Amino acid sequence: MHIDALSRRLIDRYQHGMPLCAEPYRAMADELGCSEEEVLACLEQLHEGGGLSRIGPVFEHSRAGASTLVALAVPAARLEQVAARINAFPEVNHNYLREHRYNLWFVLTGPDRPHIDRLLAEIEADTGLTPLDLPMQQAFRIDLGFPLGDPS
Amino acid sequence: MSVCTSPSDDGLTRRLIELTEAGLPLVADPWAWLAGELGIDVDATLALLQRLQADGAIRRIAAIPNHYRLGYRHNGMTVWDVDDAEIARLGALIGAQPFVSHCYRRPRQEGWPYNLFAMVHGRDASDIEAYRNQIRALLGNACRANEMLVSSRILKKTGLRLATQRRA
Repeated sequence: MHIDALSRRLIDRYQHGMPLCAEPYRAMADELGCSEEEVLACLEQLHEGGGLSRIGPVFEHSRAGASTLVALAVPAARLEQVAARINAFPEVNHNYLREHRYNLWFVLTGPDRPHIDRLLAEIEADTGLTPLDLPMQQAFRIDLGFPLGDPS
Repeated sequence: MSVCTSPSDDGLTRRLIELTEAGLPLVADPWAWLAGELGIDVDATLALLQRLQADGAIRRIAAIPNHYRLGYRHNGMTVWDVDDAEIARLGALIGAQPFVSHCYRRPRQEGWPYNLFAMVHGRDASDIEAYRNQIRALLGNACRANEMLVSSRILKKTGLRLATQRRA
């Protein structure tokens, strides 16, 4: 989608955090030197175009339970079937196809590690494929986004 | 969550998660809306949000972009086999690069020698190749092998739904 200068500034400035006060869009408008209406219209337009997924709190996942990154090496002919099976798990919140022998990459999230272990066993039994289990050991950077930089 | 300071906070926090995890409504005062839904006043709502953020239960309160829809269609998961003695220092260095959105240490497994993961995003394939080269230069001799796994399709992407899991 096309994004204008104000959208770009909004995202660059507030993807890491926004003012926590009453009428936050007025505070953002003051910082950006525009009106509150312009900020809201801009966010609405971004949201409709899909460029803004949401506004609000990001909760710390690891507090809520356990998670791991999983990879499967799926034969090309079985890809659609296995991907559909994996997506059917409510515990799967990201699933990406990647160009590698290990071509299916997804995140499993559950209330505790035994729950994850049961899911991994279930996946192996269902698909006949041995999952690569890659839980996070240390975070050096978590989803802080990145600057959009200059338009090009 | 177990981070709350009083028993009444627990119930409120659960409600707050349910109400906000899919995003706030785009209204002039979203916190007044949330306060109304929670049945408390705006100041108490802001104070609760501040406490949850200070406790680490809320990572950030922000406008969350969808970079893919904004034109950053190329994402590469770069994976590196880094000397264990050096990984704490080098992981922090790679995580601090502005073009890296996620950077984690993960365990090596049989047939998988890589212990450092760094995600890079770009508008085209040459962007992410350049980022990979920058990481390679930063790691130098401490890195024995690396690969970049480019994503060719997003098969599922939903935000985490704590509320749904709790009900399940």
